[in-house]
Amino acid sequence: MPMSSTNVSIPHRSAAAADALLAAGMNGMGSPGGARDAARLMEAPALSVRELHASRGGRALFDSLDLALAPGEIVWLRGHNGRGKTSLLRLIAGLARPEGGELLLDGCAPALLAQRTRRLVYVAHANALKDDLSVAEALEFLLCIHGRAADRASVAAALDYWGMAAQARSLVRRLSQGQRRRVALARLAAERDASLWLLDEPFDALDTDGVQRLVALLERHLQRGGSVLLTGHQAAPESSLRIRELDLDARAS
Amino acid sequence: MRAPSVDLYAALYRRDLRLAMRRKADALLPVGFFVIAVALFPLGVGPEPQTLRQIAPGVIWVCALLAAMLSVAQLYTTDYTDGTLEQLMIAGDGALLIAYARAAAHWTLTGLPLVIAAPLFGLMFDLAPASLAVLAATLLLGTPVLSLLGSFGAALTLGLRSGGVLLILIVLPLAVPALIFGTGAVAAVEAGQSAAPHFSLLGALLIGALLALPPATAAALRIAVE
Repeated sequence: MPMSSTNVSIPHRSAAAADALLAAGMNGMGSPGGARDAARLMEAPALSVRELHASRGGRALFDSLDLALAPGEIVWLRGHNGRGKTSLLRLIAGLARPEGGELLLDGCAPALLAQRTRRLVYVAHANALKDDLSVAEALEFLLCIHGRAADRASVAAALDYWGMAAQARSLVRRLSQGQRRRVALARLAAERDASLWLLDEPFDALDTDGVQRLVALLERHLQRGGSVLLTGHQAAPESSLRIRELDLDARAS
Repeated sequence: MRAPSVDLYAALYRRDLRLAMRRKADALLPVGFFVIAVALFPLGVGPEPQTLRQIAPGVIWVCALLAAMLSVAQLYTTDYTDGTLEQLMIAGDGALLIAYARAAAHWTLTGLPLVIAAPLFGLMFDLAPASLAVLAATLLLGTPVLSLLGSFGAALTLGLRSGGVLLILIVLPLAVPALIFGTGAVAAVEAGQSAAPHFSLLGALLIGALLALPPATAAALRIAVE
């Protein structure tokens, strides 16, 4: 088995210091010092995809896909509707199993990754918010099931980052589509670990202000050694992000 | 510091109760169904006390069974469509905990009210106090089995178009043992015998269901999400 961990440590050793500054600077709520130190030592799981084969509804989506994603890297998946962008994210999240080829996170299958919920964050196209919960309750639930700090202060800070503090007590059913997206993405503002973020069309329904806030989160995440794989049909927003693009259309021909 | 899985279970259970509180009408439907259905029998069968006493355990148990099935069909549907189920699957051993937490919440919201309501309706059938206590006890042991079975059926039929009917076809035959031993216990007491064997079998059934059904439910959920 090829050890993908060999390329883990190269790109972002220097990010640790910046991460500490940013984590401390954003707000004072993070986890206790010891836990944060331990978390900082961790880097996003290195993703390696080799000759991946997957199909949906009997139709091959990709039959020999290769992709490597090291900590500190961001890759934007491009492709027409139905090309398999979401399927690829779900495969990496361990929600589905590939039919052939190799898909490894830190050298093991996603579903078997130790502490999978700590090492990767999957924000799907569906927001996973319950209509009958309040915004704060819905976010608290999402943080709680993934083992993140879900106390009042963490939830409030995450909502505040997205400018949703005023709506914290209103029901999710009263929110607009863009506001729901903000609440779903508010999870990312509460992240402290360098993990792998799998974002399915995160810029969808966001206004320019929302896009800027998300870009700032992505920058901070990459600086602390995290990695990002995202999809979307819009042009990449203006930013300092060094985005690598992977065009599934080009591969499919 | 608690294990994350405990947090996950507690969060899910608490959320289910909270959602039920927000939608009280939906949450009260199964109990309402039970009340109406049970109340129809004396009207339909006639007020002969001897007959009513004889059919009471069966009527109450069958109505409890149907009320449980009525409410369980949609157990996983909204979580499935809004993406919550995917999120739960990523969270470690999520699937098994979901199965336990949702069955527990379902029992709290439908089984427990039925256990409390059943003795009241037993009075309508002229049951003796001793039989009422036994009836409530059999429901206490039996309704969790129904919730676990229903949750299993709901996971199996998740994402199917006519899942509701299929669920009933799958689950009702499996619920027959609980029905037989539940009503048998009351009949035994009425006949002056001991209900202990019936209780032992019901208890064994509950333990078996607790151990076997949630893993099966979890497997079905994993297949549905995949």
